[in-house]
Amino acid sequence: MGSYLLRRLLIALPSVLGISVVLFTVLALAPGDPFEELATNPNVPAEVRAMLRAKFGLDDPIWQRYFHWLTAMLRGDWGFSFISRVDVDTLILQRLPVTLVVIGASQVLAMLIALPVGIYSAAKPYSWFDRIASTLAFIGFSLPTFFTGLLLILLFSITLDWLPFVYRADISATGWQWWWEHIRQSIMPVMVLGLFQGASWTRYVRSAMLDVIRLDYVTTARSKGLKERVVVMKHVVRNALIPVVTLVALQMPAVFGGAIVTEQIFRIPGIGSLLIDAILRNDTPVIMAVTFVFACLVILFNLIADLLYGWLDPRISYR
Amino acid sequence: MAGSIPASVTASAMPETAPTMRARHLSPAREAWKRFFRHKMAVLSLVILVSMVLLVVFGPLLWKVAINDIDFSARLKGPSLTHPFGTDDLGQDIFARMLYGGRISLAVGLAAMLMAILVGVTIGAVAGMSRGPVDAALMWLTDLFLSLPQLPLLLLLIYLFRDSLKAAFGPEGGVFVMIVLVIGGFRWMPVARLVRAQFFSLREKEYVEAARALGASTFRQVVRHILPNTLGPVIVAGTIDVAAAIIAESTLSFLGLGFPPDIPTWGRLLFDSKDYLDIAPHWALTAGTAIFLTVLTINFIGDGLRDALDPRKVM
Repeated sequence: MGSYLLRRLLIALPSVLGISVVLFTVLALAPGDPFEELATNPNVPAEVRAMLRAKFGLDDPIWQRYFHWLTAMLRGDWGFSFISRVDVDTLILQRLPVTLVVIGASQVLAMLIALPVGIYSAAKPYSWFDRIASTLAFIGFSLPTFFTGLLLILLFSITLDWLPFVYRADISATGWQWWWEHIRQSIMPVMVLGLFQGASWTRYVRSAMLDVIRLDYVTTARSKGLKERVVVMKHVVRNALIPVVTLVALQMPAVFGGAIVTEQIFRIPGIGSLLIDAILRNDTPVIMAVTFVFACLVILFNLIADLLYGWLDPRISYR
Repeated sequence: MAGSIPASVTASAMPETAPTMRARHLSPAREAWKRFFRHKMAVLSLVILVSMVLLVVFGPLLWKVAINDIDFSARLKGPSLTHPFGTDDLGQDIFARMLYGGRISLAVGLAAMLMAILVGVTIGAVAGMSRGPVDAALMWLTDLFLSLPQLPLLLLLIYLFRDSLKAAFGPEGGVFVMIVLVIGGFRWMPVARLVRAQFFSLREKEYVEAARALGASTFRQVVRHILPNTLGPVIVAGTIDVAAAIIAESTLSFLGLGFPPDIPTWGRLLFDSKDYLDIAPHWALTAGTAIFLTVLTINFIGDGLRDALDPRKVM
């Protein structure tokens, strides 16, 4: 397992580098000066600006600037937010936990929906349950997250008045009350993301199950006289989950996209809404850093998926 | 494997029963249509989508209310005869704005899909024909693009290039070009993988070998003989891409970073309406339902096309 992990890490590293190259090229190709903010600020004299340009190496050849930027990123020197006047890394570290909690909870919800529904649908294909579940899954992943969010607000906050629709980070209550408030305000964002993910995962689980359930070894297991429940749960599900893990990992970029939208709708103070605010206020260092963090998170989740893959499929880890 | 048995039987039976065979024979296109029509939801979706497209394309010719006709006496009114979908916070007719926005959404969807397919087929074909380092490099690029966080990068690109494109193509055209390029540029990877995988098996087929033996150039082999046979899955992927591009454009507009505020795309209507959700829910509901219905019908049509064009998947 150790060497497998190491190998996976070695494969992930070029991806991080590749993404950093893409990001840097985009920034370098962009018209205009990333330090326009300083250039247009009348309080900054021309010679100070020239010194700053020299200090940040803006006049060096592009490949030197890339290495300069990369080493700075690796050292944890992520720059300084133009707007908030704090270091970018502290800003991101403040915001990251909320995003990860919301995404994590929604993935758990998606799994709780997709696994039972997908497995039951595939065990009885073309039954009434399967048809209804398939149609609902289709509707679920055709509903864009921003529309689901508004629909939930309309239903639960405006019509029924059960849940708050603005996420508040500064809840004064303590103890159980604090937990209860946080759970209450997280229900809708987690539902928006989780239902969307759950819908597409249900389809993956169902089709992967159907691929496996027709194999000969399943027939063998049945003809041994095993109960259908044992056949499905012990023999089919584990093998069917292997391709599902890959598909789920491929979905991660879409999950983060959905998280950005959700955070924006419910005003959750996560890195997604940080990114939107930074774009609306031309805060270049924050934009670059948040995009990079998103890219690294995608690669991290791909890595986790690979490890899960090795656990589900022993043939891979010992190769 | 199963397919080869009936093929050889018909081949040997051809000489004596040729007339009757021809009578029963359906062209591959007719065959595909028949399979498509078996998928009831796909047919229903096709009808709904076609009528929506016709409405959006020809509607403004019949419904001659201007999209920016401000009328403060009719603010945030619900649906009525004069305003079938109601009015927004400035008293503008939502129906007229929906028709206009639908044109943009569909145009973005189609153009981004064409762009994604063009890039995907080119990269997939090049990778599939030239094995070795070129293939490996292109596939690494594909995997890299697959693991890029698309929405953040989309936002980053729009933030960085918005102004220069606006200067080059005008406010509306610039954003259109930008959005199509960027959305198309992030959707080609599945097509490239599909095409490459198909190329690997097709390039070894006997008919391609025959073409090669007859002296056909690589380009001709690809364009005349291999590409037409990869079209089925590509069309399916392209259909789904239209839906994805429409969602991507609406998402950008919904975040306030898409088309300029005076251009009412469906996502923009939703963005404007979300502050009036409590007093004028009809506004958000019409825009959201339009996006949802378009995406849902396109997805169902894609599902039907998969049954029709990808015979291996039919059980």
